[in-house]
Formats: sequence, C-alpha cells, structure tokens
Amino acid sequence: MTEEKVIIAKDLTRTFGKFIAVDHISFDVNRGEIFGFLGANGAGKTTAIKMLTGILSSSSGQATVAGFDINKDRNRLKENIGYMSQKFSLYEDLTLKENIKFYGGIYGLNNAEIAKKTGEIVERLDLQEIENTLIAEIPLGWKQKIAFSVAIVHNPKIVFLDEPTSGVDPITRRQFWNLIYEAAENGITVFVTTHYMDEAEYCDRISMMVEGRIEALGSLQELLKKYESKSMDEVFIKLAR
Amino acid sequence: MIKVENISKHYGDVVALNGISFEVQKGQLYGLIGPDGSGKTSLFRILTSLLIPTEGRASLNGFDTVKDYKSIRKMVGYMPERFSLYMDLTVEENLKFFATVFGTTVQKNYHLIKDIYQMLEPFKHRRAGALSGGMKQKLALSCALIHKPEILLLDEPTTGVDPVSRKDFWEMLKKLQKAGLTTLVSTPFMDDAELCDEVALIQDGEILTINTPEVIAGKYPHKLWKIVSENNYRTLKILDSFSHKISAFSFGNSVHLATDHQVSKEEVENHLTHNNVKIITIEPIVANIEDVFMELMAHDKPKL
Repeated sequence: MTEEKVIIAKDLTRTFGKFIAVDHISFDVNRGEIFGFLGANGAGKTTAIKMLTGILSSSSGQATVAGFDINKDRNRLKENIGYMSQKFSLYEDLTLKENIKFYGGIYGLNNAEIAKKTGEIVERLDLQEIENTLIAEIPLGWKQKIAFSVAIVHNPKIVFLDEPTSGVDPITRRQFWNLIYEAAENGITVFVTTHYMDEAEYCDRISMMVEGRIEALGSLQELLKKYESKSMDEVFIKLAR
Repeated sequence: MIKVENISKHYGDVVALNGISFEVQKGQLYGLIGPDGSGKTSLFRILTSLLIPTEGRASLNGFDTVKDYKSIRKMVGYMPERFSLYMDLTVEENLKFFATVFGTTVQKNYHLIKDIYQMLEPFKHRRAGALSGGMKQKLALSCALIHKPEILLLDEPTTGVDPVSRKDFWEMLKKLQKAGLTTLVSTPFMDDAELCDEVALIQDGEILTINTPEVIAGKYPHKLWKIVSENNYRTLKILDSFSHKISAFSFGNSVHLATDHQVSKEEVENHLTHNNVKIITIEPIVANIEDVFMELMAHDKPKL
C-alpha cells in the first residue's frame, strides 16, 4: 500500500466577514482510506467540504485534493472527485439508465465505457427490473445506493459523501456501507460525514470539528482511549459540549 | 389523546399508508419509528388535517381530523419535517408571526418556551435562514409551542441534527411532557425509540409492532451475541458459513450475531477462530430496537 496522500490541507481557513467558519485546519487523507468527517451542526463541516470540492475559495491556508490546488486548479479537481449528499444526487425525472448516461457523459466517458458501467451497476445492485424506471419512483434506500454508484462512475480518486444515509432504513444503511468498503478496497478514498455514530465507527480514521477547528483526529481506538470513552457517541458528546 | 383508526392513504397506485391503527394517551411521549418513505409524513399531514385519508379516521381529543379541522388546527402544534419558518424573517419576527396568526402574544405564553428560547436569545436579530441546523430546530419548536397547543406533532425533528443537539432536543421533549403536553414524534433514529413511553415501528406504510421500548426489545426471538473483532467486514464474511447463523449485522465496531437458543459461546468462538478471526470480546446481549426493527423488516429487497 502506497502512502499516497489524496488530501493535504494546511491551515485551511475561511472567514465570512468577522465570522471564522473554518479556522486553520490541517490534516492529510491517504489513498483508499475511509475518513469520517464529524462535527456538530454549525461547526464548519459544510464550509470545509465546499472548499475541498472546489466550490468555495479559501481565505487563507492551502489544500490539494487529488493532487490539485483547491483555489487554482478547480476544474481539474472537479474532474477527479465524486460527490453525493442526501439532498442532491440523481435527477428524479430521468430513469436509472439515463442518470448513469448523463453523469458518465459529464465526466467524459465514451459510449462503450458508459454501457459497460451501466451493466456493472445494474448487476451489482440487482436492478434489472427497474433500470428503465424514473428515479422519482424508486424508494430512498435504493436511490442512495444508486447515487453512490453514479458518484463514482468515473473512477474518481476520492468521493465526498455528505450525510449519505440520513433517514435510510437500518438494513439498507448497512448495505450502503458495504459499497463504501468495496470502493475503498478498489483504491477510491472515501470522505464521509454522518450523524450516525455507529457509522463513524466504521471509518479508518475520524476527525471531529468543533467551532471551526479540528479538535480531534485519529482511529476509533485512539479516540476511545484518549477520551476515555466506550463509543464514538460518548467521544462526540465530550468534545462537542 | 390521539386515536388513529384503520387509516389508509393512496396516491394513485402508490399505497403510502395501509390500514394503520394506534392510540396515544394523554400526556404520553409517543414515537413513530421508521425510515424515510415509510409513510410517517403522510400520517402527520392527516393528523394535522392537511390531507384527507383514503380510508379510516383519526381524532385528536375527540375532534375528527376531517370534520372538525378548524378545532384541530387550534389544538395542535406542528413541526413539519422540512423547515417551515420564514427564512428572511429574524428569529424574533418568526416567533411573533406565529403567535399573531394564532391570536396570541409571545409574552402570554413565554413560560412555555422560555428554556428553549433562552438559547436562541443571543441570535434573536439573526435571519432564520442564517441559523445552524440545531438552532433552526429550536426555533421551529418554539414556534410550534407559542400558541399553547394541547398536542405536539413533530415530524422528524432530529433529522440532520448532530448527536449533542439531538440529546438536548429529547430533554426538551421530556420537560414538555412534564408540563402536560401529549407528543407524537417521528424519527428514523432507532436509538431515539428508547426515550419514548411507547413506540410504533413503521415500514412501507404498515405498522410492524407497537409497545413500550422494553417490551419490544424483550420480544426479540433469537439469541444475540455481540462480537468485537479486529475487522468487522471479515467477521461478517466468515459468519456467512456459520450454520447456526440467523442474521449478522455490524453495529459500530462490533457485530451482532443472531443464532438459535441452543448455540453456545464456544461454538461461535470455534467457528471464528478456526477461520482465523481474531476475537477481542464475545458476549450474549439483550436486543435493542434496531435489532428488532431489522428482524421485523420485510426482507424482499434486492441483495447486495
């Protein structure tokens, strides 16, 4: 396993007027790692993700994602990452196949590659019966699994998942995490936020943001030991209070 | 109290609710536990008189949700799932607006929201749209309470909310319960169930079971083991070939394995160690609501 760094952030900062939303955060994420990005509401997670995905420029500090500078190389950065959230994922009035074709096309896949990917996704998720169904008619749990597969259709170096399982039933939530493990095994780095603390425990390393800063970062075992806790839920509460 | 009798709701061919019945007693904190798409929001819209059921009837404190909709709307405090406040009004303006619509004043019922609103006070001149998720939720609850409702209907108030704000929110609900409010609250978080007096587990428009959280957990039919090992993913794979396995799911850094009651700890241990799984701990445990929910869930989903 190489020690390739997919994210390198150094003193990354973003202010809005006098308000410091993200306050000098520094961290690295390794290739193929599942990195949990936790924090209370309003701690600065969303602002940090917007900077790391090239949507928002930083006020100071720097970061590279997939090898590209977040301020200078935004277009190439976006070509090399995937993104999904509960709120934005698939086009509801396109079918499953049309969504894959659309996203594949945007990311520059040719028709043969799109056809191959479509076959793989349909087979992997066992979706033969609904491949021509409008996304709007597909239940949420399935949709989220499809959205994840579409978010990595172009084999990005890293995929950002913003609360991907919010409101999803407990079995589908676990199936979703199996997809995450598979992607990580295939070398795709996974950067994930969640409010389910059991899911935080599935991550290789977990960071915890409090008021714009990264207050803790480590593996589950390291954090449990450091904060004398039995679960991530306890760690979270100790840090966020 | 809330009485739901054989309610069904169809949208064209889609059956959102299929013959649901339950009762919430006065002063209860009642949980409707289930994932998105299980029909919770349709039920809340029926109870608040915003939707008419296809079949069945519901009443709140004896008032019918269809015939007596005007009384229902005065009696109920409703916090819908999607943020319902006015984003370009300030915190203070939102509260004043809701009080005025219901013909009352903020001062008159301030005691009801005092504990919650105090946390918002420093931001009272901030526009609602600029609040964080936890703050929006506190404001929405204040607005739902300001006309002194008898019944609170909260549709997924903790979705998208961090674990600390979620705990705070449940403490607020417990306090409101002590003040005499009857509350029906829906949530996709299974561990929220344990904070309710009684819960209904709901999936695909049907109720799976109704009881107190303790009784529901006690009804789990299998023997359950908690296994902590070096690698959950690998442990789950190895358990696939364990002939006594009924189900196995990961729970954070552990795996919950269900077996029949005759299976001994040694048998589980042997199977794992023979397949080179490094066990850290293994112990029999009592099921929680999430274990029960997965056991009761329809297993007709595509496999992974």
